[in-house]
Amino acid sequence: MPVMTYIDAISRAMWEEMERDPSVFLIGEDIGVYGGAFKATKGFIGHFGPSRVIDSVLSEAAIVGAATGAAVVGMRPIAEMQFADFVTCAFNQIVTNAAKIHYRWGIPVPLVLRLPTGGYIHGGPYHSASTESWFAHVPGLKVVAPSTPADARGLLKSAVRDNNPVMFFEFKYLYRRVKGEVPEGDVTVPIGKADVKREGTDAVVITYGSTVHFALEAADVLAGEDGFQAKVLDLRTLLPLDREAILGAVRETGKVLIVHEDTLTGGVGAEVAALIAEHAFGALDAPVRRVGALDAPVPFAPTLEEAHLPDAGRIVRALRELMRY
Amino acid sequence: MTAPTTAGAPHERRAPGAKLSNPERLDLYYYMLLARACDDAILRLYRQGKLVGGAYTGNGNEATAVGSAYALGERDYLFPMHRDLGAHLVRGQTVRNIFLQQLARGESLTRGRDGTGHYADPALRIYGNVSHLGAMVPMAAGVALAATMRGEGAVVMTYIGDGGCNTGEVHEGLNMAAVMRLPLILIIENNQFAYSTPVDRQHAALRLSDRAAGYGIPGTTIDGTNVTLVYETCWNAVDRARRGEGPTLIESVTMRMHGHSASDDASYVPKEMLEEWKKKDPLARCEKILRADRLLSQESIDTMKSEIAALVEEAVAFAAESPYPPGEDAGKGVYAP
Repeated sequence: MPVMTYIDAISRAMWEEMERDPSVFLIGEDIGVYGGAFKATKGFIGHFGPSRVIDSVLSEAAIVGAATGAAVVGMRPIAEMQFADFVTCAFNQIVTNAAKIHYRWGIPVPLVLRLPTGGYIHGGPYHSASTESWFAHVPGLKVVAPSTPADARGLLKSAVRDNNPVMFFEFKYLYRRVKGEVPEGDVTVPIGKADVKREGTDAVVITYGSTVHFALEAADVLAGEDGFQAKVLDLRTLLPLDREAILGAVRETGKVLIVHEDTLTGGVGAEVAALIAEHAFGALDAPVRRVGALDAPVPFAPTLEEAHLPDAGRIVRALRELMRY
Repeated sequence: MTAPTTAGAPHERRAPGAKLSNPERLDLYYYMLLARACDDAILRLYRQGKLVGGAYTGNGNEATAVGSAYALGERDYLFPMHRDLGAHLVRGQTVRNIFLQQLARGESLTRGRDGTGHYADPALRIYGNVSHLGAMVPMAAGVALAATMRGEGAVVMTYIGDGGCNTGEVHEGLNMAAVMRLPLILIIENNQFAYSTPVDRQHAALRLSDRAAGYGIPGTTIDGTNVTLVYETCWNAVDRARRGEGPTLIESVTMRMHGHSASDDASYVPKEMLEEWKKKDPLARCEKILRADRLLSQESIDTMKSEIAALVEEAVAFAAESPYPPGEDAGKGVYAP
């Protein structure tokens, strides 16, 4: 299997889907001639032409609104927010238009919105935010957050083929840091299915995105130094949640640590914890623990950002406390 | 043109032309009468406590709604607003479907999930509005984009009010359409009031079409109670868009003759203002000209009105007898398969 970076896997998925289906097109700021702020669409305009790789005006509402309109009449747009932070400017188009259209009209909205998300890159409060939990609360949307190149490619291909608006969160921190094997051929990863990234029966870390990698690092530390084996469950999709996989892992391990890069209060982890409390309370050997960012904007200075965001050390400490319970 | 499915149906049309034929002028009158009759019935149902939700009428706006939609061809797209019932009817929407929507019935186009004109009917290329005014403009631009990408030769017509045009999304959508030369026509229905707020509390500008200069597109302000003028202005904008020359902004000046909704007594509207505008009632103006041109007689008007009354009465009765959607459907259909 070829090995590629997380961002190359995303580029490849888009390229393959555009080759496969002429109704797929790209729209976003600086994505054409310039190839995108992160170069995810480098070389696309030369191959697919400016009518399918649209350099848009600087307006997130226009990008998402236009993509929604095009999707309603049968196109399959992939729209890009330059940074997930800027999705606030398109919030109305997403939650008022795109998310409610199928319920109201019975018309599919095959729209993918790519959102380069998250911190660890010294981007400050406006280029580092985690915005996924806002959308995980909106019926009608699907919210996807892959952690590996293979998942990113497979889930993006599924997102393009899905008949609903899919919020596709890409972790900027992983873009070029993470490399992995990506299967050859037209392999998709189903939306709504979590994935065990590390086996273990002493505890489970339920996480997604960037923090999957910190969780894996922490689990290795625990295995080496403490002799405990922690399972790492990568949610991959945040809406709809894979309830079966979550509850199964809880029943198997009895000890749960939920980790995300997003702030704790009202984050996706809160929903996961509620789900566990409601449906698997009897299986718990300890209270559910959560690790997330501080309830604050993502700060700019490296010292502040480091203190703000979760890391492997914090996950190790939380796991040890959990194991001692 | 889609053959209207209404009784007293106007004649089959070829593609819309720059100038109206006499039968087409009669069609415009017919649709305005039908729109008003539907609105009157909606108000009656509201007062009888039979309507679900609020009643939003287009009284005073008929010439703008009907004249503009009549300039569209069969393959064009309509993104109407809440005072554009006449535009729905011109596209061939049935009166039954209008009232099934108004009464939130299970057989309505939204299966009771949304009301009024908030439905979509892809067969007629009608995509209804949402309550967040201005949010439809970028979407309409996206449909224009898709139509262009596929070489459909279709244009998109959409509307906004004197209040709603202050939202950012109207600017963002129209600017994108202008930059990309998309086939989009935006009509600002300036009916003097946004709920209770008069237009001079919404805009420092005197002519809302002056905005067009800022987008590098043509803009014009017209008397929105003159159905022929609305038609001809819109036809030219449609023709321009179809030639690939991009959007046009049209300010159609009308008067909202009723309150924002039926629960609004509109006591903030000066009486003299209503009296002045009543003289420009779009139906009366049209009727006067058609009579002068001997295209209408009292007898033909009476026949038309009684046919329309029967049509609306039948549709209201049909909708009223139709069941509500079952409660267990409330959570279904959130996602497309």
